[in-house]
Parts: sequence; structure tokens; C-alpha cells
Amino acid sequence: MDLSYWLPLFFAGAMGFSLLIYVMLDGYDLGIGMLLPFAEDDEKDVMIASIGPFWDANETWIVLGVGILLIAFPQAHSIVLTSLYLPVTIMLMGLILRGVSFDFRVKAGDDRKAMWNRLFALGSLIASVCQGWMVGAYVTGLTGDTMSTLFATLISLTLPALYIMLGAAWLLIKTEGELFKKAVRWGRMAVLPMGIGLLLVSVATPIVSSAIAEKWFSLPNALGLLPIPLSTGIAYAGLLWIFNSKKILFNGYAWLAFVALAVICVMASIGLGYSLFPDIVIGRMDIWTAASATESLLFTFWGAIVALPAILGYTIFIYRIFRGKATHLSYE
Amino acid sequence: MELDPFMLARMQFAANISFHILFPTITIGLCWVLLYFRVRFTLSGNKAWEYAYFFWVKIFALSFALGVVSGITMSFQFGTNWPGFMERAGNIAGPLLGYEVLTAFFLEASFLGIMLFGKDRVSNRVHLIACGLVALGTSFSAFWILSLNSWMQTPTGYRLEDGVFFVDSWWDVIFNPSFPYRLAHMFNASLLTAAFLIMGVSAWRAIRQVDGPATWQVMRTGALMAAVLAPLQIWIGDLHGLNTLEHQPAKIAAMEGVWETEKGAPLTLFGFPDEAEKTTHFAIKVPKFASLILTHEWDGELKGLNEFENESPPVAPVFWAFRIMVGVGMLMLFIGWWAVWGLFRGREQDFRETRVWLLRALSLMTFSGWIAVLAGWYVTEIGRQPWIVYGVMRTSEVVADHPSGMVLGTLLGYLSLYAFLLVSYIGALRYLSTKPARSLSLLPHYVNEVGVDPVDGISADANNADPAEKGER
Repeated sequence: MDLSYWLPLFFAGAMGFSLLIYVMLDGYDLGIGMLLPFAEDDEKDVMIASIGPFWDANETWIVLGVGILLIAFPQAHSIVLTSLYLPVTIMLMGLILRGVSFDFRVKAGDDRKAMWNRLFALGSLIASVCQGWMVGAYVTGLTGDTMSTLFATLISLTLPALYIMLGAAWLLIKTEGELFKKAVRWGRMAVLPMGIGLLLVSVATPIVSSAIAEKWFSLPNALGLLPIPLSTGIAYAGLLWIFNSKKILFNGYAWLAFVALAVICVMASIGLGYSLFPDIVIGRMDIWTAASATESLLFTFWGAIVALPAILGYTIFIYRIFRGKATHLSYE
Repeated sequence: MELDPFMLARMQFAANISFHILFPTITIGLCWVLLYFRVRFTLSGNKAWEYAYFFWVKIFALSFALGVVSGITMSFQFGTNWPGFMERAGNIAGPLLGYEVLTAFFLEASFLGIMLFGKDRVSNRVHLIACGLVALGTSFSAFWILSLNSWMQTPTGYRLEDGVFFVDSWWDVIFNPSFPYRLAHMFNASLLTAAFLIMGVSAWRAIRQVDGPATWQVMRTGALMAAVLAPLQIWIGDLHGLNTLEHQPAKIAAMEGVWETEKGAPLTLFGFPDEAEKTTHFAIKVPKFASLILTHEWDGELKGLNEFENESPPVAPVFWAFRIMVGVGMLMLFIGWWAVWGLFRGREQDFRETRVWLLRALSLMTFSGWIAVLAGWYVTEIGRQPWIVYGVMRTSEVVADHPSGMVLGTLLGYLSLYAFLLVSYIGALRYLSTKPARSLSLLPHYVNEVGVDPVDGISADANNADPAEKGER
């Protein structure tokens, strides 16, 4: 077995996996952040409570994703982060604002709570928009021309819609009563923009990049790839159905909305991974060129195959401990 | 002043890492203190320990959040500011950072949820384990990042091929010569920072007359820690200094302001280093003492800055930062012993009246750990210049070429954000500390004596305390 071939592949997979988990997990808490201004004050506390025990760990997945880029593909890491300097910096400021508001809103005194709530929402919005921009710029090869700027703009509007959907779906799992109904309304409002956005992105990607078009639309590839758009379509139809069916929503099956969104995220990342592979900086560098020395990768590999299952294990353990409807958080 | 993009990149990185280190410094130490409170409560059943935990876990959570978000910034800035470093030293830096994420970040961030909000949902045992895992996670994190930092100071276990680092021995990379000293010095610094933070806040609460029995227990815990750890820290610091002399003599020369190589070098206590004239103005010197401290011989030879043309750090900041660190350290030693002397004798009920000066001193020292830690890091990091990997790779070789306007803009953005957050953090600490201590409820007749509203601060029933006191996030 040729390690210099397989190890970069493993780390590319691990990076994609971490970023996918990040989008699904931090996606819902960023989404809830953006929805915060539309809730009443006591509902805000419940919304925050629904993400309280999880957000720290959720955010760690982006550190792992970017960490793997840094560890396994240092050449690509510096190209990508140097080109994305500004959106990365602004996103970081958003994440900082959001992360600290979480704590400050209940620790800095009641008269400041409203300000920290606003900053929490603002930080979530800034981070989501910037992440969308980064994905868009990255997918179009970091060229910075008009087409890729347009494309980045498009995704920077779509990704927040996806996050809002994830946030609404999370609230369906974690809340009840009036807030639950609000979450249904929010979901209904965001589902269409998200769908249109995803569709436009899917159409635009092959237009922007002929290499990607080639991969998708030549036979027999096109047939083998059919399950990806197909299952995404089914999941989306399911999502529309769930949000419009009182029977499903109010009989304890509302969690299906999150499942449908997870399917969409998984399919989108498989599709994206397929489009990009084997490049890590599109059109410029593939994963083997960008990779670290094999002995360095191997050293990290041993750590990763022990630690990753453990991380997944205790993540599930913690989600189980905090399962059920959210209650007011208490340190005591 | 000319805006050199290289200096701007350095300033931006320094601003971020200086802001970041404040919070891990607290959490690494405070987490073990919290575990200690929990264990004491579990063993003794004394509610005061539990109330101490409830109070400090909020401050821990806040500090942790600030540490996490500013840490995420760091993970991106390696790439945005120093792309050359990762391209050339990525084979070494990458795995060390990777192990930090895999063994530390997830552990602490995940079990933090249980530690903060899980008390009702898990058994006391699982909760204790969760606290222990968070403490371990923070310490693992320190282990890996200090290993990388130490390797940049004293690189071993590598070979260079076309300017790119490759690993020969992971053992030699991780346990490089300065690592054990730096790890011990920093870990101890964290515990000391936590000790003075808990003493300082407790003293402030006593001055404001919102203290309860737990407040004094916490203060005594901090006093014992400080009294033992401050001298220990001076000893470790001395060993660390000897190690630096062996591997980075230019740094020592800058710290001590030794311009020319000499035998029996005097110790400069104070003065104004002048790099243009290569002299220290108005220097107050103790003959032969620098040689004695660093070589443990009266006539030991110290290499001067003259031996490191173009390879020595800027002298004044290193010289000053070193004196600030040592000065604060000595003050910690003195006040730590004073606190033990003051807090373990006499009647606790009278301390507010009889220990006024001690309480004032302690509350002034609340953030002394921050000052010493920042000063210490400036010594070691500015002292490493002009190298990013000591003796092998220069900082100027690896900088990104962003337009200076953009770097200046983001730098100003970060600085204003950090200033705002720092003010908010200290404001929140003040706010949390002004509330009457929960442990007052352990004193049955206390209500009548001081007339504090029983519903607001003293009620034993947690349900009618206000939301912040209950600590929902």
C-alpha cells in the first residue's frame, strides 16, 4: 500500500467530513442566532438554552477542518487563507462577537442583555454570510473575477438560509408551545429561499467551471451521479411536506425536518467533493502536491484514528445527556 | 512612523495572541481549582464549597468562551499572516497543532457542556469526571501548543531539505530542550494567575461587604496556592533562564542588558537601554551578580550582544518586560505569604475590620497574573527575534504580502473589538462579584445583622434567585 497516495486521500476525506459536521452542527446554532431578533424575550432564553451545552463543541469542528487543511495540506492552507484574508477576518470577528455574547448576555447585567442579544444575532449573521462567501470564492478557484464574485455573493445569501432552516428544525426538536409554532413559521419562510438558492448554486457551478461541468454531464458519469440530485430533490420535497403537514409536525415527528436537511447537507457535500476532487485549490493544486511529508501525515494519522472515534463517541454521549426539550439552563 | 507591512503583521499577530493568552491562562489553572472545590464538597458535604464552585464556574465559562473564540482566530492567522511558516515548517507544526485539536479542544469543549449545565442530568460522579476531563483537556492543550512554541525556540529532531523542515525524531521534536521548563513555567503561571484572581475577587467582595463563608474559604485556598507556587515559580524561572542561556544566549544578553561579553558581569537592576549607543543609561548595577545568577560562578563569562550582530532581538522591550515579570513575581511572593499570615490566624468574622490593608492589596493584585504572563511572553517571543525558528528561519522570510492598508484596517478592527471585550469582561466580573454571596445562607442569623434582602441574595431556594445568579446562558 502506498502511503503517500492514501494518506492525503484520508485527510482530504477527514477534512470534508469535519466541515460537513460543522455545517450541520454549528449551522443550527448560527441559524438560531439569526432567528433570535424575531422571538420574544423569554423565548430568546429558551432558544439560547437549546444550544447552550453544544455550541462550544460545534464550533470546534471548523477548527478541526481548518486544522486538517493546515496539518495535511500546508501549501494549500496558505494559498486559501491568504486569498480569503478579508472574509476570514470578518468571519472571525463575527464568531468572536457571537461566542462571547452567549455568556455576556446573562453575566453582564440585565440592562445590557438586549445589547448582547443583538450582538449575538449580528455576529451569527456576519459569520454565516462570510462563510458563504468563502465557499463561493473557493469553489470558483479563488480567482476574484466578476463571475466568481457574483457566485460568491450568491452563496453568501444561500448559506444563511440553510443555517436558518437548520436552526428552525433544531427548534422543532428542542422546543414546544408558542415557540415551536414560531419555528414552523420561520421554517416555512426560509425553505423557499433556501431551495432556490441551492438550485441556483447547482446550476451555476457547472457554468462557472467547465471542468466541473465536464465531470457531471459526460456519460456514463451522469447516470452514476443521478442519485445525488435525486435524493436531494426527494429530501427537499419531504421538507416542504413536513413543514406543511400538521399531522407530522404535531405528532412528535418534527425531528424529520432536521433529518431531511441533514440529507441535503450530506448530498451537497458529496456533490461538492466530487466536483473538486482531486484538487485542493481548484485548477492549481491537487491534494498530493499540497500534502505534508508522509512521515508527518502518518504521525497525525495514528492520533486521528484513535481520537476521532472517541470524539464521535463522547459527542453522541453528550447529545444523549441533553436530549429532550430544552429547559432553562442552570449551572446548579 | 512608516507602516511596514511586516511590522503590521507582527503587531496584529501579537495583539491577537496577547488577547488570547489572557483567557487560557485563567482557565488552565482555574479548572483545577474548580475540580478541587467539587472534590472538597463531595468529600465533606460542606455547602460552602459547592457555592464557591457555582460562583467560579460562571467566571470560568465566560473566560473559556473568550479563550475559544480568540483561539479560533489564532488557528486562522497562522495561514493569513505567516503563510511561509506553514509551508516550510508545516511538517512539524501541523501534527503538533493537530494533536492539540484532537486530544484537547474537543475534550474540553464537549465536556464543558456537562460541567456547566449537566449537574441535574448526571450523577455526581459523572459530573466530577466531566470536570476532570475539562481540566485535563485544558492542560493537554497547553502541552501541545507549548511543545510547538518551545520547538520554535530550541529546534531539534529535524532535518532541512530545500528550506523545508522534515522530522527525524518526533520524540526530539516534542521534548525539545526548552519544553519541560517552558511547560512547567507556564502551567505554574496559570495556577498563580488563578490564585490571585480568586483571592482578588474574594477580597473585593469582602471590601464591598457581600462576602459569605465560601468567599473566605476561596481566599484561603488562593493564599495557600500563592504561598507555595510563587517561590516554586521563581525556582523554575531560574532553571528556565539557565536553559535559555545555553540555547539562546542573545535573548539572555538582551534581558540583562549585557552589551559586551564579559567575565563577572554585573546585574543591571534598572536603567534605560539605548541600542544606538549600545549602552544602558542611568544603570543601577550590582557587581558580578548577573554572572552569579546565570552561571552560578562569580567570574562566569556572559556573552554580550556584540557577539550576535544582526541576530539579536530589540533590547529595550525584552529588558523592560523581564523586569516587569520578575517584579510582579516578587510582589506575588510577598503578598502570597502575607495572605497566609493574615488569613489563617484570628477570627474570620473580624477580618473585614482587621485585615483592611491585606484585602486592599489582594484586590489590587486581582489581574497581576495577566501582567506577569504577558511580560514573560514578551520576553521569550520578542527575545526570539529576528528568528521565527531560532537560528534557522527568520520571521521576515515567512510573512504574507498583504497590502499594509488592509492589515492596518483589520488590526484596528481587532484592537477595538478586543478593547471592548476586555472592558466587558472585567465589567461582568465586577457585576457578578457585587451580588451578595450565596453562602451567606449558611449563616442562619446573618440576615438580621447586615439586613441584606433574603430573597435577592440569601435565600436558600435557588428558584427565586435572579436569572444571572441561576446562571442560565
